Amino acid sequence: MSTDAKGFPLPSSIKVVPGTEDAQAAYPYYTQFVPEDDQKFWFYNSMHFPEPMHHFDMITAEAAYVAMGAFNTRVHVLPTAKGVDHRIINGRVYIGGVVVTDPEEIAERVEEFQQRAFYYYEHWEDLYAQWKDKMKALIAEAQALPSPSLPKYEPVETFKEGDAVPASHDLLKVYQQQIEGYHRMWHHHFEFLLLGYGAYMTFFEFCKKAFPEISDQAISRMVAGMEAEIFRPDEEVKRLARRAVELGVDHHFTDDMDIDQVLADLDAVGSAGKDWLGELETSRDPWFNVSSGDGFYHYHRSWQDDLSLPFAALPGYIEKIKAGTNIERPTEQLIEEREQLVQDYRDLLDTEEEKAAYDELITLAHRVFPYVEGHKFYCEHWYTNLFFNKIREFGALLAEHDFFGPDGREEDVFHLTQYELESAIIDLMLSWGVGAEPRGPKHWPALVEQRKAAIAEWDKHTTPPALGNVPDAIDDPAINMLWGITRENLDSWLDDGSENDKELKGFAACSGVVEGTARVVKSVSEISRIQPGDILVCQVTNPTWSPIFQKIGAAVSDIGGSMSHMAIVAREYGLPAVVGTGKATTRIKDGQRVRVDGGKGTVTILDDEPALEDA
Amino acid sequence: MQAVAWFKDVGIADRPTVGGKGGSLGELTQAGIDVPPGFVVTTAAFEQFLAKLEKIEPIRPKVEALDPNDLGAATKLSEQLRARLMGEAMPAEVEDALRTAHAELCADGQPVAVRSSATTEDAEDASFAGLQDTFLWVLDAEAMIYYVRECWASLYSVESMTYRRKQDFPEEGVAMAVVCQRMVDARCAGVMFTRSPTTGDKSVITIEGAWGLGSAVVSGEVTPDKWVLGKITGEISSREISDKHARQVPAEGGGIIEVENGDDKRSVPCLTDDELLALREVGRRIEKHYGKAQDIEWALDQDGKVLLLQSRPETVWAMKDAEAKPAVAPGTNAMSHVMGIFTGGTKK
Repeated sequence: MSTDAKGFPLPSSIKVVPGTEDAQAAYPYYTQFVPEDDQKFWFYNSMHFPEPMHHFDMITAEAAYVAMGAFNTRVHVLPTAKGVDHRIINGRVYIGGVVVTDPEEIAERVEEFQQRAFYYYEHWEDLYAQWKDKMKALIAEAQALPSPSLPKYEPVETFKEGDAVPASHDLLKVYQQQIEGYHRMWHHHFEFLLLGYGAYMTFFEFCKKAFPEISDQAISRMVAGMEAEIFRPDEEVKRLARRAVELGVDHHFTDDMDIDQVLADLDAVGSAGKDWLGELETSRDPWFNVSSGDGFYHYHRSWQDDLSLPFAALPGYIEKIKAGTNIERPTEQLIEEREQLVQDYRDLLDTEEEKAAYDELITLAHRVFPYVEGHKFYCEHWYTNLFFNKIREFGALLAEHDFFGPDGREEDVFHLTQYELESAIIDLMLSWGVGAEPRGPKHWPALVEQRKAAIAEWDKHTTPPALGNVPDAIDDPAINMLWGITRENLDSWLDDGSENDKELKGFAACSGVVEGTARVVKSVSEISRIQPGDILVCQVTNPTWSPIFQKIGAAVSDIGGSMSHMAIVAREYGLPAVVGTGKATTRIKDGQRVRVDGGKGTVTILDDEPALEDA
Repeated sequence: MQAVAWFKDVGIADRPTVGGKGGSLGELTQAGIDVPPGFVVTTAAFEQFLAKLEKIEPIRPKVEALDPNDLGAATKLSEQLRARLMGEAMPAEVEDALRTAHAELCADGQPVAVRSSATTEDAEDASFAGLQDTFLWVLDAEAMIYYVRECWASLYSVESMTYRRKQDFPEEGVAMAVVCQRMVDARCAGVMFTRSPTTGDKSVITIEGAWGLGSAVVSGEVTPDKWVLGKITGEISSREISDKHARQVPAEGGGIIEVENGDDKRSVPCLTDDELLALREVGRRIEKHYGKAQDIEWALDQDGKVLLLQSRPETVWAMKDAEAKPAVAPGTNAMSHVMGIFTGGTKK
């Protein structure tokens, strides 16, 4: 077995796309590839960052890797793995694990880890309750941050009642607090993540050993949580549908509605309409703080900011309610089924030792599960949404002061790195105080244009799934758990090209065979194109897309493992799904007929013609 | 004891008189599983017949006197005994019992299957009872009685007799029960294992099936379709649809013939998902009844109804289990499993 014959390109052989050199150089120096990086193995983190990164959005990668590294290396002290290094080229994030190989160091770390992990597992429920309080306090802190603004003259209250520090200082304070808060959020995120996934995975592996042919799906169903916050947004949409019927305003919700018009109409039709709007407000805070993406990019907007997703689901739910169909999530039945499943598999075990280990591991998996599923709502959704919106406010303020040129928009702020943004804020602070023109309007517009062009360019180029020589084994438990990357995966990436071009393989997320028209959907704004029975093809979905699961025939995604959130939710809805196909959105053309076999994890393209466009 | 025992009246404990197959079919019938109706010609019928023959000329003493290494003598004795078992008159009460039972079972002239049903564990070995005889699509009482005699006669095949002599088994008590069962004109049929034949996984059920009668699958003449189902979850995790070139169907004058499958059948799955799930249900019930993994023969009649033709304990993996393979080392706790995950590949 020669690894040389089959390797990925070396980092040094990857060229910056011509014309984008300056935009590439604008990423921080510590994220640029250097010659020594050729010695290491890297893979493209397409799971979290499937699109070229806006310069500001890099903070998500950075803050996450700061926190993950600190927890793996110094807090939990994982025996064989430290953090992950990250590099960026052509807007793409590559990561590589740092493993511990020295037996003495491993032994020392095992000692530490055992004590620390044991403490967490022992006190999990209490620690998780405290964790939620910490997160809620952090969210409250972010919500309390004022919108940045600069008055013409400081109000007299500033010195009569306040501390006589002028508004310009608040810009810096709010910005820095917001950046600090974002980092803190990621530390909270990683406080339980690896330990939670680890316990979950341990149960998985035990089951795979005891029942070699058990499906991931069956194991997930044994662990599946019932009250995770991530299901709540969809429950709220159902509640709103029910209230619409009860209040007699359901006819306002149609497949091609104009949401603003509907809201205005409801406000005008009297008390029933106003009551429903009141219900909407109740649901929105906090449950609509879910991102329509996975919350890693600034343009993954929340339901709070863009109601199209929950509203797209309303007509379908209303129709079902009126037809007398029960749309409630059958929680009790699900719990009963889960308990039965756990019992039935237990009965198949031969020895008392096996049964005892099984009992302990399923208990542990159930214990950690609320965090595994629930943390996303607080971290990637609610907090991240607040964070990007706060940055957007700075964008609006800078745009108002012409920092992005005469046609500048608040969104342009995301083309600046976090450090550049701080300098722009200081420029504005200076000019406000000095009473002179800021320099920004002459400096930033060209850079914003340069980066817009670079991202558009990078988006046209594919990037290798990995770089460097494939290691003999991927020993990093963190990388196995979070990215599902194993030696076998890598081999299949290398084998690419020889496969059948009519068939895509992915993880079998939820069984069932369905044929239908593919709807390749890149963002939530396209959601209205989806017709009942269509097959949703997207890069990555997550539970916040679940309201439209009632409408579609099956779901296919580029990214995600059989334990990904989409897979878990698809199973909940009994929706046939294949995840982690790698390239469904590029290989399948909108409108093609496809067959999804969610049990086998295959997607077959049934039409011939549209594929020719590719050639 | 009666010469004839109906399935509904016997169980696995009656093995010494109705044989393994008869006892199992009785047991399943009593457990409420859909088994095509039938009866067992018990060892008592055999003993009565043999007693009648012995009075005319000894049988068992001749077998006991046989030198197992004298193939010529064994062949001669086998031919002679077979001729007697096939040709000499049965005691009237035995023959009457068989005819009466046949008339009751096949009131509308339905065809039956006739199968030997060995009485001891060892006897399930083909070398003991000669061939495990099976005669399909037997059309009337006359033919049925003929094949019952065939089954009895198989006890005196050369292989069977020499085997018994080599093992030095006493001839006293060597007897054969015969199962007569109404036959299903199967739309499709096959086998089902309530444990994975490849990995021994107890959480899955493997089903194999092909068009027509199950004999084509059991004999290996047709590559069957194959599915793997979650025993507990019912999910269908694997489907292998094969090219089924032919099927076995009843022949007009009795017996079976093979016919080619057209394109409407060859590569078409012989079972729907609902039928697979129905089979799984039956498999689970039988396994639960016996408390161990089963190797099952099944058929679907023309209306799609699931019928059970046979069930016996799975042996291959049961033996491997006995040899050991604990999934966990004794004394391990959850934390040590978790440590395994976190130390990953470097753990030696």
